[in-house]
Amino acid sequence: MKAVARFWIFLALLALLSPLGLLLPGYFKAGSAWGEWGADEMNGLVGYLPGGLGKLSNVWSAPIPDYAFKGWEDKSLSSLSIAYIFSAVIGMLACVGIVLLLGRLLSKNK
Amino acid sequence: MHIPDGYLGPGTCGLFYLIMLPIWTAASRMVKKTLSARQVPLLAIGAAFSFVVMMFNVPIPGGTTGHAVGGVLVAILLGPWAACIAITVALVIQALLFGDGGATAIGANCFIMAFVLPFCGYYIYKAVSRKAALGSRRRVFAAGLAGYVALNVSAGFAGFVFGIQPVLYKTANGVALYCPYGLNVALPVMLGEHLLVFGWVEAIVTALVIKYLQKHAPELLREEGCP
Repeated sequence: MKAVARFWIFLALLALLSPLGLLLPGYFKAGSAWGEWGADEMNGLVGYLPGGLGKLSNVWSAPIPDYAFKGWEDKSLSSLSIAYIFSAVIGMLACVGIVLLLGRLLSKNK
Repeated sequence: MHIPDGYLGPGTCGLFYLIMLPIWTAASRMVKKTLSARQVPLLAIGAAFSFVVMMFNVPIPGGTTGHAVGGVLVAILLGPWAACIAITVALVIQALLFGDGGATAIGANCFIMAFVLPFCGYYIYKAVSRKAALGSRRRVFAAGLAGYVALNVSAGFAGFVFGIQPVLYKTANGVALYCPYGLNVALPVMLGEHLLVFGWVEAIVTALVIKYLQKHAPELLREEGCP
């Protein structure tokens, strides 16, 4: 299937372009998505941190938080863009790997 | 639309996991029944596509950001059940690896983006493109409309789930324990920003890819009972 081969190239292109999703919001001074604020932002918005939210918000610690490496919070936008592309590639590889594995289990005529 | 940890109370989180269990089971059964081994790479591409599309945050200048899901396209090409699996995989990886969407909210986020969205989009596309030729403009329109409506229905649903939290969970003094914004704020904000901006992104992405496929791989648009 030729179309499927083209899709893979298309995905690689999307990974390379993904930092747009980081740079454009920065350029247009757009903040977090609505309802996806961190604890500090929430404090600033409503004047207090809801008790349950404070407790639950740190229940899971992701290895690559917000598509950036840990400790990179203050890095420049270009470094963050590299991390973003890296995250896109890792994330897509993980998606592909898991679906192929599921596919072996689920699809008929193996 | 990725609800983080701490915005939904434990009951809401648990309920959505409970709701999703039979849906995930049914999706696995349906995919097992209908998906051929040849289509598995396409499903993998669908999951990866949805994953990366959600990384393209679109800004509302001076305001918030949002994004498309890409899931309506996957539903059109592989059916809503297969799309449910693909989007679920993307959402689980986003939550666990990247902290985008809460681990406790995976059930809720999957219900909204991996169930409501692909089913809504798929049936709108089916209804509007009924009996249309594979290369017809009506299919492109149907795809765009399906993307727009499905993303907005999902956003409305997310707004609803956010908005009922302060009613469900508060201290004795009436202070919110989880999401502090009620329906009067959450619903209009979520609906408004998606109706105005992000819905159009899903519409354009879906319609453009369908238009491309009409030209270069129309066999992918064929389904049973179609000319």
